[in-house]
Amino acid sequence: MLVKTSLVGVNTIIIREFNRIIRIWAQTIVPPAITATLYFIIFGSLIGQRIGDMGGYTYIQYIAPGLIMMSVITNSYGNVVSSFFGAKFGKHIEELLVSPLSHWLIVAGYVAGGVARGIIVGAVVTIITLIFTRLHIHSLPIVISAVLLSSIVFSLAGMINAVFAKNFDQITFIPTFVLTPLTYLGGVFYTIKLLPEWAQGVSHVNPILYMVNAFRFGFLGVSDVNVGLAYTIMIGSVVVLYAACVWLLYRGVGTRE
Amino acid sequence: MKALSFRGLTKTYKNGVQALKGIDLDVEEGDFFALLGPNGAGKTTAIGIVTSLVNKSAGQVVVFGHDIDSELAAAKSCIGLVPQEINFNQFETVSTILVNQAGFYGIPRQIAYTRLEKYLNALQLWDKRNAISRTLSGGMKRRLMIARALMHEPRLLILDEPTAGVDIEVRRSMWTFMKDINAAGTTIILTTHYLEEAESLCRYVAIIDKGRIIENDRMSRVLRKLQTEVFVFNLRNPVAAAPALPGYQVSLQDDHTLEIEVSKDQSLNDIFSRLSTQGLEVLSMRNKSNRLEELFLRLVNQKDDQPAVVAG
Repeated sequence: MLVKTSLVGVNTIIIREFNRIIRIWAQTIVPPAITATLYFIIFGSLIGQRIGDMGGYTYIQYIAPGLIMMSVITNSYGNVVSSFFGAKFGKHIEELLVSPLSHWLIVAGYVAGGVARGIIVGAVVTIITLIFTRLHIHSLPIVISAVLLSSIVFSLAGMINAVFAKNFDQITFIPTFVLTPLTYLGGVFYTIKLLPEWAQGVSHVNPILYMVNAFRFGFLGVSDVNVGLAYTIMIGSVVVLYAACVWLLYRGVGTRE
Repeated sequence: MKALSFRGLTKTYKNGVQALKGIDLDVEEGDFFALLGPNGAGKTTAIGIVTSLVNKSAGQVVVFGHDIDSELAAAKSCIGLVPQEINFNQFETVSTILVNQAGFYGIPRQIAYTRLEKYLNALQLWDKRNAISRTLSGGMKRRLMIARALMHEPRLLILDEPTAGVDIEVRRSMWTFMKDINAAGTTIILTTHYLEEAESLCRYVAIIDKGRIIENDRMSRVLRKLQTEVFVFNLRNPVAAAPALPGYQVSLQDDHTLEIEVSKDQSLNDIFSRLSTQGLEVLSMRNKSNRLEELFLRLVNQKDDQPAVVAG
């Protein structure tokens, strides 16, 4: 396919994904907004005032970047896993598979949809954050790049989940039993310096720790991990997961006989 | 030019089932080609391989000169597929489905909207352009899938049982539409269980059974291979017994209806003449069953230890 026709193709997937996010806004945008509001009321205003400062900031300021990143991660993942699996289940994935669009463009289209939802929800949660506290920005480029890379990583992860899933249970298994625990233990609500040394070591295996801390560094200028290492992990994950997604589509795993 | 060519096409599924056993097939550009076979014969597997929904085990597939192993995107651009099962997004509108499909083939939205209007009007779906697709009737959904397959104006249109479950009126209108599309230059491959449909539309036919091509020729030549046909004669006046017609097998179905088996070297004129001689007036006559159906059943039911029932 020529570059121009390829761009039309990938743009079509992006528009379709964006329209889907907007069409089912009550499922895609409202729930994370409500969840974030509850987190800020309970952990920020009620309990947070008794916790005191963390990393040199009030508790609510400290957890704000983590809560934004948590919503970005879960929504990027959730968008691609549900949309791609839905297309497999309804068989309309065949519309794409019989088309001349190359596999890497199909992956790019779905990932762009996941990133779009992550950014939309992240923006909504950021607005809610501003109702409860003031957001300090240490480095805007780091904020933007960390949120984009994290969103891409989890969109790709969602796609791999959807490729292998054979039923709806299997698209909720990973978010429930893997993603949520890793997110909660990834330094969203605390600095890992509060943990015993062995637990700090274990936390360093959790990739979400690096994303949350890189993002937090962009806002507050504080991080539990080396920010350079965090970027290496995020960029490396994007490359590896993207290649895996393209290979899975090329091989027809979960999509072709 | 060949629109489609298979050489030694083989497919063995993971469970060991060999769906295609090295088939060779050519479809010329401009053909209206019937690919027939009983359920599980391998038709949908073959179509799946051409459209890259199924991975082949061995063999070569070439679409308008593009080998799917080396020029997959170019081959796919030539093909429009109407699959057996409904496979569009049931939550999207008719227009959205069509515009998106065009987009996947790199067709800008402005052109897509022009084609959308053309094909929805031709398939009598224009009034439904803003309807959510799941609200359409079965026949409308089938027509929507045809419109979708045409949005990139493919050179080869593959119709996998496009009229399944569609009422006769809609089916007839779809036949007219398909004939027009073919007359305009689109090569069509049709699989169907309505053999009357294949006989009336297609100029060439291949019959596939148990993963092998067992017949492949011009429709007219294939039909001539029928050794015998049974004709039903409706008589004006009642008769008490079947008339004696030496050389023919005659049976009386009721006092106004005769069934006469006619071999291909016998003449209907001779039958009419003999009936007339005996004072029997024929009001109407028809084939007892569709000719292609008759041949199809004989071919696929043919046992290895029985002599062939078709000649040629």
